[in-house]
Formats: sequence, C-alpha cells, structure tokens
Amino acid sequence: MSGHSTYEPKNPVAKWFDKQLPILSMSHDFLVFPTPKNLNYLWTFGGILSMCLVIQILTGIVLAMHYTPHVDMAFNSVEHIMRDVNYGWLIRYIHQNGASMFFIAVYIHILRGMYYGSYKSPREILWILGVIILLLMMATAFMGYVLPWGQMSFWGAKVITNLFSAIPFVGDWVVTLLWGGFTVDNPTLNRFFSLHYLMPFMIAGVVALHIWALHIPGSNNPTGVSVKSGQDTVPFHPYITMKDLFAAIVFLILFAFFVFYKPNYLGHSINFEVADALKTPEHIVPEWYFLPFYAILRAIPDKLGGVLAMGGAIVVLFFLPWLDTSRVRSAKFRPIFRQFFWLFVINVFILGVVGANPAEGWWIIVGQFSTAYYFLHFLVIIPLVGMIENPKPLPASISESVLASQPKGEPAAQPAE
Amino acid sequence: MKTLAKLLTAAALSTALLAGPAFAAGKAKNAQDIDFSFEGPFGTFDRAQLQRGFQVYKEVCSACHSADLLHYRNLGESGGPEFSEAQVKAIAAEYEIQDGPNEDGEMFERPGRPSDKFKAPFTNANEARAANGGAYPPDMSLITKAREGFHYPWYVSPFIKMWTGNGGPEYVHAVLTGYSDPPEKEAANAPEGKSYNAYFAAGPWISMAPPLSEDGVEYSDGTKASVDQQAKDVAAFLAWAAEPKLEERKSLGLQVMIYLIILALLMYLVKLKLWRDVEH
Repeated sequence: MSGHSTYEPKNPVAKWFDKQLPILSMSHDFLVFPTPKNLNYLWTFGGILSMCLVIQILTGIVLAMHYTPHVDMAFNSVEHIMRDVNYGWLIRYIHQNGASMFFIAVYIHILRGMYYGSYKSPREILWILGVIILLLMMATAFMGYVLPWGQMSFWGAKVITNLFSAIPFVGDWVVTLLWGGFTVDNPTLNRFFSLHYLMPFMIAGVVALHIWALHIPGSNNPTGVSVKSGQDTVPFHPYITMKDLFAAIVFLILFAFFVFYKPNYLGHSINFEVADALKTPEHIVPEWYFLPFYAILRAIPDKLGGVLAMGGAIVVLFFLPWLDTSRVRSAKFRPIFRQFFWLFVINVFILGVVGANPAEGWWIIVGQFSTAYYFLHFLVIIPLVGMIENPKPLPASISESVLASQPKGEPAAQPAE
Repeated sequence: MKTLAKLLTAAALSTALLAGPAFAAGKAKNAQDIDFSFEGPFGTFDRAQLQRGFQVYKEVCSACHSADLLHYRNLGESGGPEFSEAQVKAIAAEYEIQDGPNEDGEMFERPGRPSDKFKAPFTNANEARAANGGAYPPDMSLITKAREGFHYPWYVSPFIKMWTGNGGPEYVHAVLTGYSDPPEKEAANAPEGKSYNAYFAAGPWISMAPPLSEDGVEYSDGTKASVDQQAKDVAAFLAWAAEPKLEERKSLGLQVMIYLIILALLMYLVKLKLWRDVEH
C-alpha cells in the first residue's frame, strides 16, 4: 500500500465519492496487491484466522443475547442455550470449539513465521503486532472459559488470577482488582464477561494494524528472498483469495468434525458440574492451548519465578527479530536452524504433555528440562546458529527458484525438508 | 512444502489431542464398554430404551436425585423418548407443583404441566443431605457428561477416547451394577452405612445403597427388567438428558460435512484452473 493509488473510478458518482473517502481505491489496491506467487498453503492461515475471529464474534454476539452473567444463573443459562434456544447448541458448540480452532490456526501461523523467518527485517513490527494479538487472544480465551461457571471455569480462574499476587508490592492490589472483591465471585464473573466481549474488538483493531503492516513490505515467501520484479508476484485477487478460500473450507471440515461429532472432546468433563467454592477438583488443568505455558509456570518451584517464566515465554517472542542473527530468512536454506526448529516444535509438544499431567515424579524433571530448553532455543541456539551456520546459496529471485524446482513442468512445489 | 504442512498440522493436532487426558486416571475401575445405540457418527437413541430408562429414573432414581435441567415437555420432543402429547400431560399431572402466589398472596399446589421443570425430591441441598445420611445425591441432568467411565494411561488416552468418548453412560451403568463385597483388606474399615463399589469415582465407599433390584420395575413393553437391563436403560436415558440435541446434531453434521467436502473439491478445481498458467 505504499505510494499513491493509481486507481481512477470511471463512474462519475464513484469518482465523486472516492475523492472524499478513498475506500474504493483502497479496496482496489487490496485486490491487486502484488503477492509472491510461490506461497504455500501455510500462508493461508492468515485468512483462516480472520475467518475464525469473525466466527467467534458473530456466535459470541448471539450467545451474549441469551447468557446471564450471574454466579447463580450462568451455568443454567448456558444449558438453556444448549436446550431451549433455537440452534443454541450449534452456536454454542461453534463458539466453544471455535476457540480451539482459533488456537490451532494461530500456532501454525506463528510456527510458519518462525520457520520462514517472517519476523525478520523489514517485518519486525508486523511480528510484534502478531504477538500482541496472541496475548489478547489468550486473555480472551481464558476469560471466556470462565463464563459457563463450571468447576474448571471457577478453579481455573482462581489459580490464574492468584498468580498475579506474586507481583511484588502491587500483587495483592492487582488480584483484588481482578476479582472485584476478596475471592472469585459474582463481580469477577461480571467483569470477565464485560472484558470477554470487549477484547475481540481490540483484537480486530490490532488485526487491522497487522494487515496494514503486512501491506507495506508485502508477504514473505518460502524462499525468504524479497520480491525483485512483477515476475515474482500475482495479484492478490483472484489468485490468493481463491487459494485462501479453498484452504478455509478444508479447515472448516476439521472445524465441523469437532462441532458435530466430538463437541466436548477438547473440553473437561468436570466443567459440567456447577462451580463449587468448597470443592477443589483433583487436578486443575487449563484448556489444551495453554498447556505448554502451564507446564512452564509449574516448572519453577517459586511462585514469582513461575509467573515470570510463563510471561517470559511469550515476551521472548517480541525479541525474536533481534535474537536471530542470521542474514538468511527461510529455514529452507538454513540446514542447522531447520533441525533446531523441529526440536523446538517437539519440545513445545512435550511441554504440552507435561502441562496436562499432574506435577509429580518424573513429570517435574521433564517439565524443568523442557522449560530450560524452550528458553535455550530463543536465547542461545537462535543467536549462535545464525552466526555459525553456513546457509545454502539463495536463488536470485522467486521466479528462478520456482523454475528450478519444476524440472519437467511439474506443478508440485518441493517439500521444505 | 506439502510434507511440511502435514507435519505442522499433525503437530498442532496432536497437541490438541492431549487436552483429553487432562485428568489423570483416578482410582476407580474402568467401566465395562457398552454398545449403546447412540454411539458413532450415525447413532440415534432407541426410543423404547429411553422410555424404559425414564421409567427407571422416575420410579427409582428420582426418589433422591433431581434432574433440574429437564422439563416434562422434553419427554415428548423429537430426538428423545418421544412420549405422546397425552402421555407427557399425564406424566406431568402426576406431580404436585408449587405455584403462586395467588390473588390472596398464598402459594398453592397444582398438578404439573408439560412446561414445568422435573420436580426435585428435595427443596434444598441441606434437606437432601439430611435425608441421605449427610451425602448429597447429585443432580442427574448432566451426569453422563460430568463423569468419565474410562481411564487410560496418558500416552494412549487421547487416541482411544477420540473413538470411545469419556464413557459417561458406561460409568452410570458400572456404578449401578458394580456393587460387591469389599476385599478383605478393606472390609475391616468399612464406614457405617456405606456400600463398596469399585467403580464409584469418589469411592470405593458409596453412600447410595444398591438402588436396582431384579424386576424392581415392571416394563410395559415386556422387556425382562434385570438389574443390568435397568442400568443400561437408565444410562441411555441420562445420556439423552445430558445431550438432548444429539440426533439433531449428528444429522445436521452429516449434511454439513457432505456439503463442505463437495464445496472443497469444487474450490480446489477452480483454484487449479486459475493457477494453471502461473508457474509457482
């Protein structure tokens, strides 16, 4: 979107309108936006995530029409939606599983950025905005999980809000502010509902900035080589829109599978019991998408230390563009980094398993080792590998890499491995 | 690139799958797996079974256990036991429901209507406890979703449960049929007035005495009312009570899946045609 638009509306009314509010030329520029032609399907997750946000907001607005944010009524009002509201079960199951789908998509999106070096110059701001979106998503999802006011809702809220008390000096004050009282109770539920409704719109705002920041340098691509000429790109519409649409529908198949056939698979049985402040569940576990961070929290024996480690696990992402010392973006041309990337993925997966299991016996040791490795990856491995590694020769341009990978005119792109 | 995409999807999904075993296996024994008619992507409830199950709930369970989320009208709705309108009215009318206040400001009792909630056996939790030796009989509305009958080691649990579910209905059946003499080691410290039940989640000692007895109810459809049969029937009824839209969900799901798969195929062909002339 850099530079002045070359679009001139032909219709006189459109011309008059566009001169005062250039929405038409802006939309036009979006549609013709030059996009690398070698993007693979991992690049479709940006579009899929926008779809997820829209689905969550639309279903959420309808749910809010029928939900009652009161400790005595919240649980039953959700069941009322499931039983008595027309297609309430569908809307509720879409919203509930939509949160998980959102996180599946966002984690793939983030890992794609890490693999192909999409966070590197000139896209640092784009990346930072993305991390902010992740943080907002986490806060929104956490508060949303509290709203049905089941046992896990309540005790999850209690455990997580309690963490803030570890902050020196102001901790207790912050916790009281979060609770709106001296324990998790009706005021807590009320403010969580209010914030859960607000934050998606904040996400939408940051998404707008994220897309704006994307349109300055344009998309990265699997080679990591910058666009050199028009030869390297296709117009966003219809090429990318069509590809994104296809990918989004495939994603919806997975989404629908959970909604219609396994709607409660990703949840917790115990959340079908009403919150009871006098009955602590045997194991308090967050939703699957928080498990790696939960494992990091519990890996540190000290409360403040655990909170700092968990926060640090996200904060370190903000610094990734400057921790990475490599001149080459894409892991495709970075043989050593590529292996460490997959080790990192496996490690996060292990952290997830640790987070799901009780913190006892071997799990503690595995959790501490994995937590240490998580930070080692960002703080030591990434800077060092960038300095030591000898990257493979880069193609001169996207077009050249495309031609090189298609010896006999075969349409399939080469696997990255 | 395709291999990479597959790997990433697999990694993300496997993490997702691990949400399942969030609860470590308890001490309770694994419930026996039952082939209920409502399992699987095309499963539906067996109407006759739901009607028998309701009879067991009404004649046995409801003496102590409420089902607050159910209304009598639900019994006649499609996808459930599907009692006729007249039957639903007759069932509701068997209960005296408190209503009011009337013009004089007095509360009064009247026969139940289909729009009424299932009448609870006790007016509050303390009354329920007092009548049951201090133990609170939990509400039955969501019991098959709130309890798990299957417990597996963490490394297989998410995969098995993808197919078997959590075993909630099986849990109900297992507890109802799972009373036994305590092992000798435990017999000595048997708590007063409690029974031994190896399947009970908070067990093995349970305050509820064995509730079902051979021919304890008389089925009008001629089914032999063995303890096992009654337990299966009431488990199925409670599965419906917890998920009354199950049939609607699966039938709509099938349509949505077919629609999405065809649409995806068409979109893929359009995409192929569009990109055919672009080297990418």
